[in-house]
Amino acid sequence: MKRVIIKEEFCIGCRLCEINCLVQHSKSKKIIKVFRNERDSLVSGVQVEQSGYVSFAIQCRHCEDAPCMEACMTGAMHWDAETGAVLCEQDRCVGCWMCIMVCPVGAINTGPNRAVASKCDLCYGAEMPACVANCPNEALIYGEYDEE
Amino acid sequence: MGNTMKNRSPYLIIGNSAAAMGGVAGIRGRDADGLITIVNREQRGAYYRPLISYLLGGKVDEGKMPYRPSAMGESNLRLLQGVEARRIDVGGRIVETADGQSLGFENLLVATGGRPIVPKDLPGREAEGVFTFTTWDDAEKVRDFIEENEVKEAVVVGGGLIGLKCVEALTALRIKTTIAELAERILSTAFDETASQLALNSLKKGGAEVRCSTTASRILTKEGKVAGVALTDGTEVSCSLVVFTIGVAPEKSIVEGTAIRTDRGILVDSSMRTSVEGIYAAGDVAQAEDLLSGEKRCIAILPLAYRQGFIAGSNMAGGEAKYEGGLVMNAVDVCDLPTISVGMTSPQGEGYEVLSVLDEKAPVYKKIVLKDDRIVGAIFVGQIDRAGIITGLIKKRISVSGFKSLLLTDAFGLLSLPAEYRKHLVSGMGTEV
Amino acid sequence: MLKARQWLVQPDFLVRRDPDKCIQCQVCVRQCSNDVHEYDAEEEVVISNSAECVGCHRCATLCPTNAISIEQAPLEFRPNANWDGNMIRNAYKQAESGGVLLSGMGNDRPYPIYWDHMLLNASQVTNPSIDPLREPMELLTHLGCKPDRVELSPASNPAKLATRLEPQLELETPIMFSAMSYGSISYHACLSLAQAAREAGTFANSGEGGLHKDLRAFADNMILQVASGRFGVDVDYLNAAAALEIKIGQGAKPGIGGHLPGEKVDASISATRMIPQGTDALSPAPHHDIYSIEDLRQLIYALKEATRYSKPVFVKIAAVHNVAAIASGMVRAGAEVVVIDGFRGGTGAAPTMIRDNVGIPIEFALAAVDSRLRQEGIRNRASVVAAGGFRCSADVVKAIALGADAVNIGTAALVAMGCHLCQKCYTGKCNWGIATQDPILTKRLNPNIGTRRLVNLLRAWSLEIKEMMGGMGINAIESLRGNRDHLRGINLTGRELAILDIKAAGE
Repeated sequence: MKRVIIKEEFCIGCRLCEINCLVQHSKSKKIIKVFRNERDSLVSGVQVEQSGYVSFAIQCRHCEDAPCMEACMTGAMHWDAETGAVLCEQDRCVGCWMCIMVCPVGAINTGPNRAVASKCDLCYGAEMPACVANCPNEALIYGEYDEE
Repeated sequence: MGNTMKNRSPYLIIGNSAAAMGGVAGIRGRDADGLITIVNREQRGAYYRPLISYLLGGKVDEGKMPYRPSAMGESNLRLLQGVEARRIDVGGRIVETADGQSLGFENLLVATGGRPIVPKDLPGREAEGVFTFTTWDDAEKVRDFIEENEVKEAVVVGGGLIGLKCVEALTALRIKTTIAELAERILSTAFDETASQLALNSLKKGGAEVRCSTTASRILTKEGKVAGVALTDGTEVSCSLVVFTIGVAPEKSIVEGTAIRTDRGILVDSSMRTSVEGIYAAGDVAQAEDLLSGEKRCIAILPLAYRQGFIAGSNMAGGEAKYEGGLVMNAVDVCDLPTISVGMTSPQGEGYEVLSVLDEKAPVYKKIVLKDDRIVGAIFVGQIDRAGIITGLIKKRISVSGFKSLLLTDAFGLLSLPAEYRKHLVSGMGTEV
Repeated sequence: MLKARQWLVQPDFLVRRDPDKCIQCQVCVRQCSNDVHEYDAEEEVVISNSAECVGCHRCATLCPTNAISIEQAPLEFRPNANWDGNMIRNAYKQAESGGVLLSGMGNDRPYPIYWDHMLLNASQVTNPSIDPLREPMELLTHLGCKPDRVELSPASNPAKLATRLEPQLELETPIMFSAMSYGSISYHACLSLAQAAREAGTFANSGEGGLHKDLRAFADNMILQVASGRFGVDVDYLNAAAALEIKIGQGAKPGIGGHLPGEKVDASISATRMIPQGTDALSPAPHHDIYSIEDLRQLIYALKEATRYSKPVFVKIAAVHNVAAIASGMVRAGAEVVVIDGFRGGTGAAPTMIRDNVGIPIEFALAAVDSRLRQEGIRNRASVVAAGGFRCSADVVKAIALGADAVNIGTAALVAMGCHLCQKCYTGKCNWGIATQDPILTKRLNPNIGTRRLVNLLRAWSLEIKEMMGGMGINAIESLRGNRDHLRGINLTGRELAILDIKAAGE
């Protein structure tokens, strides 16, 4: 199953991954429109952490044994067999935040307006996640992590 | 008797909520076809109890209540709905039901959950309009009662987690609700004083009224229907609906009189085995090892119930899974104020170090409790993003001496952690760190 | 911090931000090491201070909406063919600072580029073209001393070589990477060059910075330099190399030694070069043990002894007047490869006046050296490697036709890795992670990407060389080497044609 593999030593902290995640999950998909009109209604699935010159981007790891799926009381967090991704069905989510409580990498956020849980969905349906496609330094790559 | 020997189910589960669902997943992880029989007292398919307050408040409709219907479809599963298990014949390995069935089993999982606590001799408790709040049926009954009687005022007895969620649902239905909590403050087990106060403020803003250090002494009735509640502090509150959310006790009645040992709940070891071979218990009914204290206690939390059920199921199918120990943890959104509490939030005794930061206006409250430089408890109110990292540190008992000062900062994240732990945490999951 | 403003010094570039496109994402703010861009939280806009812009294009490249453009100096002078803008601005800088003008990279002045005055042949009727996609093309090149004669053992079948050959370097393509020191460029850049050399079957050069311990693994594809400062030179270093190069001079600054400003000397550089951290690494102009051609011979043989005659010894000089005579002396002194670096050669730091006014074009130097060595009958005793401003594969083909055995590329390699030729290498703030040691900046050069780009460049140029060779009806680089008849001059004086020893177009 393909995953986003993070190479911390190449992350330059530019945050183009965050920007492109927002665009990918926007309505208009046009970056200028997104930042003018939709910015407040979007939460990035990937977050860049920075401390001095060390930085790296982290998003949902789509764990095989995801603690968020176990903790989810509505079954909104579920495993998608086709992509191997852990997805949050936002129609089912009631915003109880159990997932945030148990995610060991802190990849889940309270979504815009704090209504439902928000996290990376591996750009469901796309050939390659937007963060990977737009990282200028290949600090995020899309591959099988067994190959590493 | 001869019949049931031949029809002995390889796996029999009593109960159909989180622990049972975990059990099914655990079994299926090792045994793809073995017949699983589920006996459920409720005339329902599987669902998770915490959802009932959302059902009541209208945030979730009936279609969304059943637990992941698609996941169940593929298993070789026999579900007996509306069938109450009455007695376990431990020697003969048979479960006898209220409607006279004798279900033989090879492996049994008792996942009967909890039973709502109701004060036994409370005057007026038989009046129309008095409810407990644990099952889907309860939620429906309350909702129907509200509609039929155009309820405008309600009293919720018990200011714990279930009580607060119930209050939230009622206020969403525009019912003026009063909470009566016996302790000095609401959420006294999960929260500390500061967090309780912030939760209280949020409830008040949401339109609820909160009375502490008091509980119901008598239910006032009029023509057999609820008219109000008299509280132990001497006051009276008028209402037409009373909901008791004092707490749940483990529903262990089915093992009484058998060789299965109990304390407050059904005692289990780290494999979720009871004192009888082949019989397991999991979920709110089980009393299992607590991660931090090492003692066995009943912790009624959904993800733990699932995990216990999963381990039980896995072991029922020949596995050797081990329970790491339960960690008390709760996530509850109190009238749009997100909160998370994990572990020992109000430590008693010596040797604890407490770090906290509070912004009353926002409101944001973060508290970390440490012992010997290891986090043993945490509270997050208002700002809960990434709290799971702290939960992980508690579970893995990681020493935080190297980065204590970073714990409560806004920038706290995986980069604050020692590289070794971070590597271990995400290795194999796709991060090269 | 308030300090007196240098009033005469004006910005070199104008940063233009299109407000309709700018989304205030602040990628530019985060990426500019010169602090040109800043986010004003109150006004909620990104503003740019053009004064600090060096024209490296990092911001414009990464901007997700292409909102930024970088334009030339906004203050235009009255047209003046004598005092152009550069000259005027240089004078201002010196009037304010009283210091020596420093530059990075190579001579950027408008001297004629003689490669652009030479044209290649193609087959038309006789000696037909060869299709490189259908027929094998040999680019394999050997650098080293070739014997005066070759003897075979008469008795053996198949024939065996009786003559003992001097050590050779084998290159899959006649292009190597020029010497660029660890210190002037980042570790990631060095790693990219080493890995690319290995992958492409050619060689990289350590420059005078010594060899970083983690690059020892690539030493089989490295030519290690022994420069005047002798930085990092010990016996293990010498023996690890595929070849050794005595650096007498370099094209960017003939006559003076290397210069690594103290800002770029961090702990790792300090350890590799064996000098104190933070001090300027100034190589002396001469090797203080080489004051005559005999001394050079002594050093060459000292290196040979130390490495048991197992590796070819290169000697690198800048292309200066009398380069032919110097080269002849070097060959007679025992140099097995003569590397000539023309005046377009690049550097991390050089005084601008020396960079732009000292030395001669490689085209003439190469032609002169090759002609002289042939005249003296010693051309076989050393390979000739040309360097200094090769921009494309056509330049390489022309150089080989003029007599080079191989060429070195420096600037082209850096450009392949992302360099935008802003010429500020000496500041250590290279936004592309190449000419810097700052860990925030060096992260930006991912060696996986750097290696890939370098290998791509070599591959592309090699394919083009094969195409041009095929067009000329040649299928082996040996047939091109020194074959001046494949060149014709255009817009050259008679004298120039004579020195290059090529005919004019039409002849």
